Amino acid sequence: MDRLLLGDNQFFGINHMSEEKARAQAMRFRALPAVLEVLDAAYDEGIRTFMCTTHERMAAVCDHVRAHPDRYAGFAFYPGMPYAHKYANAVTEDGMLGAIKRFLPDGGLLSAAVRGGSSVARKDIEGLTTLLIDAEMKIFDGLRTPVIFLQNVVVDLLLGLGFTDAFRIFADHVRTRYDAEPGFITMNLPVLVNALQDIGLENPIVCSNINKIGFRMCGGLEAYETVLRTGGVRAVAMSVFASGAIQPEEAVEWVCNQPNIEAIVFGASSRRNIRHTCELVSEHWGLSPSLVPAAAAAG
Amino acid sequence: MIRVAVVGLGKMGISHLALLRAHPKVELVAVCDSSSYVLSVLRKYTGVSTQADYAKMLRDVPLDAVLIATPTGTHARMVRSALERGVHVFCEKPFTLRRTDSEELASVAKERGLVTQVGYHNRFVAAFQEVKALLDAGALGTVTHALGEAYGPVVTKPKGSTWRSRRAEGGGCLYDYAAHPIDLLNWFLGEPVGVGGTVLKRVFSRETEDEVFSTLYYPGGSTAQISVNWSDESYRKMTTRVTLWGTAGRIVADRQECQVYLSDGAPRPRGYEAGWNVRYTTELTEPVWFYLRGEEYSAQISHFIERIEGAQSDGLNGFDSAAVADGVIAMLLADAEKGAGTRLYESEPPAVTARPSRRLRLRRRLVASGQARAGLDAGGGS
Repeated sequence: MDRLLLGDNQFFGINHMSEEKARAQAMRFRALPAVLEVLDAAYDEGIRTFMCTTHERMAAVCDHVRAHPDRYAGFAFYPGMPYAHKYANAVTEDGMLGAIKRFLPDGGLLSAAVRGGSSVARKDIEGLTTLLIDAEMKIFDGLRTPVIFLQNVVVDLLLGLGFTDAFRIFADHVRTRYDAEPGFITMNLPVLVNALQDIGLENPIVCSNINKIGFRMCGGLEAYETVLRTGGVRAVAMSVFASGAIQPEEAVEWVCNQPNIEAIVFGASSRRNIRHTCELVSEHWGLSPSLVPAAAAAG
Repeated sequence: MIRVAVVGLGKMGISHLALLRAHPKVELVAVCDSSSYVLSVLRKYTGVSTQADYAKMLRDVPLDAVLIATPTGTHARMVRSALERGVHVFCEKPFTLRRTDSEELASVAKERGLVTQVGYHNRFVAAFQEVKALLDAGALGTVTHALGEAYGPVVTKPKGSTWRSRRAEGGGCLYDYAAHPIDLLNWFLGEPVGVGGTVLKRVFSRETEDEVFSTLYYPGGSTAQISVNWSDESYRKMTTRVTLWGTAGRIVADRQECQVYLSDGAPRPRGYEAGWNVRYTTELTEPVWFYLRGEEYSAQISHFIERIEGAQSDGLNGFDSAAVADGVIAMLLADAEKGAGTRLYESEPPAVTARPSRRLRLRRRLVASGQARAGLDAGGGS
C-alpha cells in the first residue's frame, strides 16, 4: 500500500466543519476538468492511489484514466462502497425491500437478476451482497483496484447490529472476484478490530479517523493508541487534520509519530496543498525516496 | 442492564437497533416488525430474538423499555399499550397525528412515572445545544425573529409510494422534515400562540406536500418563519439550519457550526467576543460510545437509557415537548387550508376560512388534476 492516498470528499462537497465550505467545493468541482486537474496535480506530486466512493460521478474519472493509460501509469483506485445516501434515500422512497429490488442489476444480466431473486426467496443475504458489490464495482472495470473498502455507514451499522458475517462475505468476495484486499472504514476502530479478529480476519486493513484532538474517534484516543500499539491491524488514518481544526504541521507530526500506521488518506483541492502534505509526510515519516519528486522539490 | 425491544425496522429502527445493541448498559431482548423477511435475516445473522406480534411481545417478553420506530399513524396505539404495561418508551418523531393523543399519553406516562422520549435528535446536536445555552444566557437580548430551515433530496422525481408519501399515515414533508425545525424553534422560543400564511405545496409527490412555509407568532411579539423543502436535490443530504435575530446580535447554526455575531457593549457569555464568533462541531461535540451517522443519534439513546437508570421522568424531548410540536403541525395543517390571507382583487371569492364542503373539495380536486394533466399546475396547493 502507498503511504499517502488522495481521498475524494472535497469533490463531493463534504466538509465536516462548514456547510459553506462544502457548497463552495461542490460548485468548484461541478465539472470533470476541475476534478481531473487535482488528480493530475496529485499524480505529478507522486501520489499513485485515489481512494474514492462508488458515486456515479466517479465513472467519468474512471473512463478518463482508462483512456489514458500512459498518463496514469501505476495508478490505482481504492473504491469505497457503497455511496450510502443513494440507498438511504431509496429506503425513504421505496421502503426496505423496494430499495433492495431497485438496486439489483437488470437487463443483460439475466442470470444475476435470477440469482438476486432467489437470494431474497432463500433468505440468504450472501447472494444479494455479492450482487450489490458487483454492481458498485462496475465503473472500475479494467482498472487496478488492489484494495476495496466498505464505507463506514455500512461497516458501523453491521458492527452495531452484530451482523459480522457480512464482513466475511465482503472479504471473501473481494478477494476471489477482484483479487483485492478487503478494507473497512469505521468510526469505531477499537470495537471493529475486535469483531474482525473474532471472525478470523487476520491483520485487516482498517481506515478510521486518527487525529490529535480525538475527533470522531469513538472509544477515545487512548483506546485507539492501544489498538495501534498492539498491532494486528493495517491502519489507514483519515481526518488527520480534523476538517481543518488542527494546523497541518502539528497534525502530520502527531499522526506520523503513532505506531503501525500504514497510510494516510487526505483530501486536498490545490497542487499547493497536495505538495505541502507530501512534504510534511515525507519529512515526518522519513520517507526515502521522498514522496516529492526531485524535480518538483527543486522547482 | 436495561432490557429493550425495538419495534419497526425501517431506516430509523435499524439504526436505533445497531446503537442499542452496541450500548454497554442495554440488553436487546427482542425486535418486532411486520416483515417476516427482515426478521428472518436478522434472526439468522445476528441471533436476536424476533417477534411478529407487538401485543404478544408486550405480554410475553419481560421489558424495561421499548423503542417504537413504526409509521407515525400507529404510534398512539402502540405507545399506549406499552405505557399500560409500565414500560418506558422512546418513540420516533413526529409523536402522534393528534395533539390530544400526544397530551393524553404524556399525562399517562407522568402518572405512572415512566421515562418518555421522542426522537427529535437535533436537540442533541452540539451546535444547537450551544444556541440553546446562548439564548438561556440572554446573549441575543430579546429575540425578534427566527428562521428555521430544512432542505434535502428525498423526493426528487414523481414516483415512490410508501407510508412516508401518505399524510394520513404521518408521511410527507411536514411530518418528516418540517417537524425538525418546528421542534428546534419550540425549544428556542417556546410555544407559538398562532401561525399564518402557511403554504403546503406539492412538487413531485402525488399524495402529500414537498414544501412547507409558514409564519409562527410567539407571545411577546417574537416571530419565526419556516422554510422547508425535501425535493431540493442541490443538497447532498438533509440540512437543518436555524437563524435567530435579537436586539444584541444574530446566531446562525447548523449541525456543523454555530456562528454568533454579538453587538458591542452587550453582555457576553464566557469565551465570546463582540463581532463574529464561530464554534465548530469539532470543538463542541462530546464523544459517544458508538458512532453511527452522527453523534446526536447516540447521544439521544444514551440520554434515554441514563434516565431510565436514574429513574428521571423529566428530561430532554419528553412526550410533553413532542406534543407541542404536534400541536404546531396541526395548526399549520389548518392554516394551509385558508390559502392567501389578503387578495389582490376583492371581487374574487373570499379566502376560505372554514373547511370547504366535501362536494366543493371534490370539485377542486378534479379541476386541479385537470390542470395537472394540461401541464398548467406547477405544484399548486395539495
